Amino acid sequence: MNEMSPASFEIRDYIRLDLMPHFMCPGCGHGIAMRALLWAVHEHGIDKNDLAIVSGIGCSGRVGGYIDANTFHVTHGRPLAFATGLKLARPDLTVVVITGDGDCLAIGGNHLIHACRRNLDITCLMLNNEVYGMTGGQVSPTTSETRLTTTTPAGNVEPVFDACKLAEAAGASFIGREVTLQAPALKNLISKAIDHKGFSFVEVISDCTEIYGRKNDLGESPEMILSQKADMRPEAFGNVADQPFRPNKLSTGVLAENNRPEYGDVYRGQPAFRSAGEAK
Amino acid sequence: MGGEIQPLHGNHACALAAVAAGCRFFAGYPITPSSEVAERMSRELPAVGGVFIQMEDEIASMAAVVGASLGGVKAMTATSGPGFSLKQENIGLASMMEAPCVIIDVMRGGPSTGMPTRPAQGDIMQARWGTHGDHPAVVITPASVKEIYEETIRAFNLAEALRVPVVILYDQVIAHLLESFIIPDISEFEIVEREYAAPDDEDFLPFAPDARGVPPMVRPGDGRRIHTTGLTHAETGFPTQDPETVDRVARRLLSKIDKNRDLIDKFESLETDDAELLIVAFGISARAARRAQRILGDDGVKVGLFRPITMWPFPEDQLRAAAAGAKAVLVPEMNAGQLVREVERVLGRDIEIVSLTKIDGEPIEPPAIVARAREMLAS
Repeated sequence: MNEMSPASFEIRDYIRLDLMPHFMCPGCGHGIAMRALLWAVHEHGIDKNDLAIVSGIGCSGRVGGYIDANTFHVTHGRPLAFATGLKLARPDLTVVVITGDGDCLAIGGNHLIHACRRNLDITCLMLNNEVYGMTGGQVSPTTSETRLTTTTPAGNVEPVFDACKLAEAAGASFIGREVTLQAPALKNLISKAIDHKGFSFVEVISDCTEIYGRKNDLGESPEMILSQKADMRPEAFGNVADQPFRPNKLSTGVLAENNRPEYGDVYRGQPAFRSAGEAK
Repeated sequence: MGGEIQPLHGNHACALAAVAAGCRFFAGYPITPSSEVAERMSRELPAVGGVFIQMEDEIASMAAVVGASLGGVKAMTATSGPGFSLKQENIGLASMMEAPCVIIDVMRGGPSTGMPTRPAQGDIMQARWGTHGDHPAVVITPASVKEIYEETIRAFNLAEALRVPVVILYDQVIAHLLESFIIPDISEFEIVEREYAAPDDEDFLPFAPDARGVPPMVRPGDGRRIHTTGLTHAETGFPTQDPETVDRVARRLLSKIDKNRDLIDKFESLETDDAELLIVAFGISARAARRAQRILGDDGVKVGLFRPITMWPFPEDQLRAAAAGAKAVLVPEMNAGQLVREVERVLGRDIEIVSLTKIDGEPIEPPAIVARAREMLAS
């Protein structure tokens, strides 16, 4: 067993070294998000045997496989639905979902809003790199307006989702956002999300240098990460303050938190369920 | 509750049998004519410490079932045609992840929304081929409330023994029948529990099969931290595109069916020995056929009835044996001719095969089968 002091965190203790080298592109922000997650897991002293990682399809979906835990790589958009079954069956496990902007907001959007509403104790990390990277760089629900992708050759004309506002409106009891520039801040945010009893939604602003950054002349990874910090999203459509799904200044940190009842507790608190427990 | 005679609704029999078989997780979505399964499960499961959840859609409910199953709990869902179509994605996931689970499909008129409250038997090909790629399929077609009870228990046993999704298909008529039967004491059934990997095996590979072609399972938290993916994977659990490994693993998945026909196969063959006409039917159509068989028998016509209880894998050898002495075969079914294709595939062109189809939302009635049989015998 590792010593659980923060200083003793060594990522090698938490990843499947035999799978190295990983296949993420140089400059991809997803590795920073994975490191921050595992750092938070370490600080919590969570036993790897009791950690379940559920991921969907896309670049974000492949992050889970590198983690030395119980890892499930499921269908596109469905990790939250799968994780709901897993967590209800096994409330003893710490269940973390790793998903992406396409996985979570497009094909899996319905599962996200209902997971937020239901408030089961799952931590959801949405790695937002504004693009479908795995399939070659198509437009996603978070691609900034005017950006070039392989399916928006004249620039994206669709407004973006503000995932955190969506999660808040749907009832998530913990919401946060962080960029990958400051890994300790991201770790602290994820740590709070894991601590939170209920559904926690964390948007990680990640960067796709190879497929998205290059196509849009956003520079190398350092430039992309720095501009994310400053918020690089273009204000191509003028004053957008009255248009909630077109943010131009993204807040970071803990954005919302409340302590409404957790779904599993409520379900298992039903009289019928309680009497079943007593009978055993 | 064993031993009592009671009238039971088909969908309630399914729910009670599932709980008796050890099902402790149900995720579903409301859909006619299967909703009574979910409603009954929502009452039964909390009382035994299980979890019922109504998910946001059909896709989510199937994904949740796979998640609960791999968490270590026997799990089930229930739906009807349109929902069954949506579930196919994650039925494929269950096949690939080898997650034991049971899916009830109460068949109604289709395609699309079709006729939600009217019966049909049009999903037998979807149940076999609905999800993409080559996958193992076990599909059971009970024909009475009692058989729904027994076959639901058997479905869980097969799912757990073979690590496959098992589909139970029955039509709206059987789902909503009230039939009296004695609910057997659960001790009369063998209940299969899943096999877990030995904790001390140094050379453990999560997807290395046993003699039946089935890898023992791993329960999260037991200390083996494995990777389970819908991607094609090696015995290690990790994705591979190595052609030799891909071929071996894909064929191993399919071999779970071929190697275990002794567990899976089930059929009923009635008076087929010296029959000149063989009727092949399943579900509610087989009950009409049974009545037709008796009417014709009273007239001295020797008619046999072959009824697949396990529809997939199709009982090829058993059908050939039942048809051995017959001059002609009649296949009544409530679709435009799905079962008859399989009968033709198995029996070939050396025997006359006649299809009797009905797609008007009404069950096939015995007189229609009798009339067609008489036409065949007269020609």
